[in-house]
Amino acid sequence: MKKLLSVSLIVLLSACASQTTQPEVDDLNSGNNMGNTNLSGSGSGRPGYFNQLQDPNSILSQRSVYYDFDSYSVKGEYREMVLAHAKLLRDNPDASIILQGNTDDRGSREYNLALGQRRADGVRNMMTLAGAGDNQIEAVSFGEEKPRALGSGESAWSQNRRADIVYRGE
Amino acid sequence: MFPDRIKFLFCALILSCGWISFPSLAQLNIEIFGGGAARIPIAIVPFADENRLQQNITSVIGADLQRTGLFKLVDTSGASPHIPADVVFPDWINRGASALVIGRTIAMPGDQVEIQFRLMDVSKKTQLTGLGITVPSSQLRSAAHRIADVIYEALTGDVGVFSTRIAYVLKQGNKYALQVADADGYNAQSIIEYNEPIISPSWSPDGNRLAYVSFENKKPVVYVQTLATRQRHAVANFKGSNSAPAWSPDGNRLAVVLTGQGGSQIFLINADGSGLQRLSRSSSIDTEPNFSPDGRYILFTSDRGGSPQIYRMAVTQSENPNAERMTFEGSYNVSPDYSHNGKSYTFIHRNNNQFNVAVQEIGSRQVQILTNSKFDESPSFAPNGKMILYATEINGRGILSAVSSDGQTKQHLSVQSGDIREPAWGPLPKWK
Repeated sequence: MKKLLSVSLIVLLSACASQTTQPEVDDLNSGNNMGNTNLSGSGSGRPGYFNQLQDPNSILSQRSVYYDFDSYSVKGEYREMVLAHAKLLRDNPDASIILQGNTDDRGSREYNLALGQRRADGVRNMMTLAGAGDNQIEAVSFGEEKPRALGSGESAWSQNRRADIVYRGE
Repeated sequence: MFPDRIKFLFCALILSCGWISFPSLAQLNIEIFGGGAARIPIAIVPFADENRLQQNITSVIGADLQRTGLFKLVDTSGASPHIPADVVFPDWINRGASALVIGRTIAMPGDQVEIQFRLMDVSKKTQLTGLGITVPSSQLRSAAHRIADVIYEALTGDVGVFSTRIAYVLKQGNKYALQVADADGYNAQSIIEYNEPIISPSWSPDGNRLAYVSFENKKPVVYVQTLATRQRHAVANFKGSNSAPAWSPDGNRLAVVLTGQGGSQIFLINADGSGLQRLSRSSSIDTEPNFSPDGRYILFTSDRGGSPQIYRMAVTQSENPNAERMTFEGSYNVSPDYSHNGKSYTFIHRNNNQFNVAVQEIGSRQVQILTNSKFDESPSFAPNGKMILYATEINGRGILSAVSSDGQTKQHLSVQSGDIREPAWGPLPKWK
């Protein structure tokens, strides 16, 4: 016998929630902190390399490394691009980037976060070996939380298995 | 046989703290499937004068008991005893009831309500238990949950979890809300709302705080937030990613996963963010830590053997420096969560591209797979070990589901618009 009970209710989400949604952040780790990760534009006085980063003819305008399923190594076709960014960092000690690792959405969110981190760490290691400073790079992971392509299936998943290079102040 | 389907509709008004605003509307639906063969037939007679209250009590009790899959509600029409002297036991025997709940409600001054209830054993014609409680009329639902807990405990011998709360993440469009609701899905409230993802909520053992991971700063950072005051602080905001918070049973420390020293590794940190200490030391992924109830062990997910599997390590490493592999079947076993007594844990097992909730008994290492859906995630044990709450997907939408620890009964909890995910079942309230 199949017993099916359905209870429906309407919950009016409290207005209290919207008032208290963004409490002050009292950061206890400020000593260890990378600090502000604000990626919004910094207005005038931008360093010259930003022009290159936005020039569609420059390899530096490419910012994404895509991966095969269950793979974390940078494929040959992205090597030149990653090394070009490493050179920019080496030549501009004030420049700094965030490497954001991403995965497709199959499986555990926390485990995927660790897999995305492995992708970002791999790009970072390639860059530091090429002379970029460790302090110029923060490798973080978004796991499966920020898919570029929605939906399931290989075409979406292959878009989401990637690492993005984002310049601070850009 | 036709499935019989009953549908209730309730409206819950929640205070709007003096600001004029239009509250968002979300509908939570609960569906129940299955149920064991030997369900306890119980008759719950509407309490005297409860129809004058703003909240019906016996319907809440009945719904609580039915959700467990252990009870069958017996029709009470035409009979309305409220005190033992009025109970005609042969009538209830004829109706097939083995337990009978009667009671009454009395309006008291100051908007208080006194509720007196009795649980009767029909065949022995005796009272099994009873309770008198007085609550403000705004807390009638929670009083009903307490009564359901007493009934459940008297008839099953296990602690009831109807007075507990759950936390989960609700995603609607680009908005993420960390919400806390009663175990039956009512009284949902947002703790925080952001346009960036929130994952991995974890209840402090006293139920007063939640740890979680928020991406509001464009990277994963671990926060601890006190529910009563809404105050919060970043507990782990180190270079790299910070995630997977899990409370120690004493509530003083958290296990977290940090990447700043290379790879994803498990660390211990005090709940105020001080006293960082590295716990795991591998060149692999070590994540999803979960403390045993006695605080001695941590279960975690690691791919040190080539595929993600569940391992157990001692928190005090001098005790046992080596982590012990727990799962061997299949190439993907993740997201461990200990049961209340530490004798078993639930986790996600992948088989033929299907992700299912499983339970392993630690003593025998025996594994039982409890679900047959496709995309189950984040299993979380109820604090009495009888149900497991987890996230799953139906028609492409994220919903919560709960399965009894024997796999017999399932229930679905969904919202009309949006995805619910990342559930965490809160601890027993303090009076237990």
